[in-house]
Amino acid sequence: MMPALMLKALWSYRGFVSGSVKREFQSKYRNSLLGAAWTVLSPLALIVVYTVIFSQVMHNKLPGDNTEFGYSIYLCAGILTWGLFSDIVTRGQTMFLEQANLIKKINFPRICLPVIVVCNAAINFAIIFTLFVVFLVGAGQFPGWVFFDLLPVLLLQVLFAIGLGMVLGVLNVFFRDVGQFFTILLQFWFWFTPVVYPVTILPPGVRQLMGWNPMAALIQSYQTILVQGQAPQWDSLLPTLLWTVLLCLLGLKLFRKRAGEMVDEL
Amino acid sequence: MGAITVKQLGKAYKQYPTRWSRLAEWLLPMRGPRHQLKWILSDINFHVAAGEAVGLIGVNGAGKSTLLKLITGTTQASSGSVSVGGRVAALLELGMGFHPDFTGRQNVYMAGQLNGLSVTEIDALMADIEAFAEIGDYIEQPVRVYSSGMQMRLAFSVATCVRPDILIVDEALAVGDVFFQQKCFDRIRGYTAAGTTLLFVSHSMGTVMNICNRALYIKQGALAFDGTPKAAADLYQADLLSRHDQAPARLGAADAERWRDAVALGGSEGSISTDGADCLSVAFLQADGTPQASLIADQAVQLRIDYRVRRPLDDPHVGFKIRNRYGVVLFETNTYCMHEQPGPVAAGGLLSASFSFALTLAPDEYTLTVGLGNGGYDEGSFREVVNYLHEVSTFVVLPDNEGITWSGLVNLAPRLDIEKL
Repeated sequence: MMPALMLKALWSYRGFVSGSVKREFQSKYRNSLLGAAWTVLSPLALIVVYTVIFSQVMHNKLPGDNTEFGYSIYLCAGILTWGLFSDIVTRGQTMFLEQANLIKKINFPRICLPVIVVCNAAINFAIIFTLFVVFLVGAGQFPGWVFFDLLPVLLLQVLFAIGLGMVLGVLNVFFRDVGQFFTILLQFWFWFTPVVYPVTILPPGVRQLMGWNPMAALIQSYQTILVQGQAPQWDSLLPTLLWTVLLCLLGLKLFRKRAGEMVDEL
Repeated sequence: MGAITVKQLGKAYKQYPTRWSRLAEWLLPMRGPRHQLKWILSDINFHVAAGEAVGLIGVNGAGKSTLLKLITGTTQASSGSVSVGGRVAALLELGMGFHPDFTGRQNVYMAGQLNGLSVTEIDALMADIEAFAEIGDYIEQPVRVYSSGMQMRLAFSVATCVRPDILIVDEALAVGDVFFQQKCFDRIRGYTAAGTTLLFVSHSMGTVMNICNRALYIKQGALAFDGTPKAAADLYQADLLSRHDQAPARLGAADAERWRDAVALGGSEGSISTDGADCLSVAFLQADGTPQASLIADQAVQLRIDYRVRRPLDDPHVGFKIRNRYGVVLFETNTYCMHEQPGPVAAGGLLSASFSFALTLAPDEYTLTVGLGNGGYDEGSFREVVNYLHEVSTFVVLPDNEGITWSGLVNLAPRLDIEKL
């Protein structure tokens, strides 16, 4: 399928995509009493834990920052966006396996599945990030116009995540080890990204290595925008952009080449 | 619209010797393939014109479902091509991809959207879908609490809520109860009459004959026959029967030689075998002596039962019993009750009984039970049951399309005289 055809097929199944996103969101909280509140509660708990441990217990302060909420904002900027990334990638790697029932029985454009994954993750992210923005405004920490610099960074991150998710999703159908392995890798990746700690506390050698981590540049951009209220260093995102293009191309190629074989394997 | 053309279609699955071989093949493509192809279907060619109702028959594993999946496009062909004109509605196995955690209603929307309907269209059809499925309040329950019959009801009503150009049904209807099946068949007949092309998989030859005007017989991944349902059913049943040793029409010296080592038949649970005799074959024969695969209602048939006698029997009698799928005995008799005397048989001898009668049974599946007794007395009792094979084989009676239409168990073939004043 050529990309133009893919888009056309996607458009004609937009009803299915939007319906699936809606149903998935509803079903996630169907049997829970608090419903969508859980979307907020779990990252909130994470933020509280990290804030208490790093900022209160370990008296970790951001260099050159003495405000009350400085570290919390720094944490939120990283954790919330990291959450979006890991949400897309982990759902992406299981999307074909989870929908095996549908894939085997109904002929529909499979490219709908990654789109559904991205939409769902985006909704969850939008909910919690809106709350975060409300908090920023309330605490008088809203960065101003530079806030809109987040959009291109977020777009890049979503594309990076779904490119990776597609690659993992297709591979995971044929080699289930991929899913297991990546779950472990994601843990290391999280701690190898300056989400909880500032990159400045790292020794210079390790900081050099950080340049190879495409997520580091993204997370640092968010932190620059939200904590310092400055535009990110756009050139620092170039390697990530390169990774994104590579992963998306690889993902599409793998997907197009293996989509037929995948059905036999499910 | 509605035509299906299949050209040189084949489907093979890749089989790798170990899990690592696939990885090796992916990473080192220049080292050549490491898999073996397992062909499920090969070189299938046929064309179905719009409005035809085509039955697909064949044993389990012959490739029928794979063929349907190739036609619907869920599975990619390994060779050849399929071209399909128009909107396809497919009921492949159960549930058509229902999500167990979503309610019936949500699944209806999802399935409808996957079939290319918009939400407003589904809104308009919802009442009809609910009414046809007859699952009541369950429509608001998650599908995981549905019985398989309920899932099928809902799946069928969604798939067929709008008349498709092509309707593909894969044995799905088998789980429904008789009343619902009838309702489905009515809808299918209505659609085919209106121009829908039907592809239908069933193990029930009667249903195929009833609904379809053409049948494809798939045998070991190849198209073995393409023609009338009757001829396809004959061939299919013949293949099923040919798995057993077949009886020749007349006994001769050569037969005795050959049968000496023939394997004795065994029946289902409840059968009795003694050292007195072995049952070698039970078959319906055609006039020329070849076994008859499918039986047409009301036609003359010959039922032949052969025994190898192992010790002298002074007064042997052969009998048979026909039961329907509910275990009701429709007919039972034996040579003693027919006031016949086959006479004594020596050890090592062969005893063969042929019963000829008109098969006036309703189209359905039946079982055959046969027995050999020795020394008849009273109203059909025997001093000794030498061999009794309970439900030793099954046979299918197909509808006689030239005969009258009737229902019930037995065709009384009434003759009509009308007088008017």
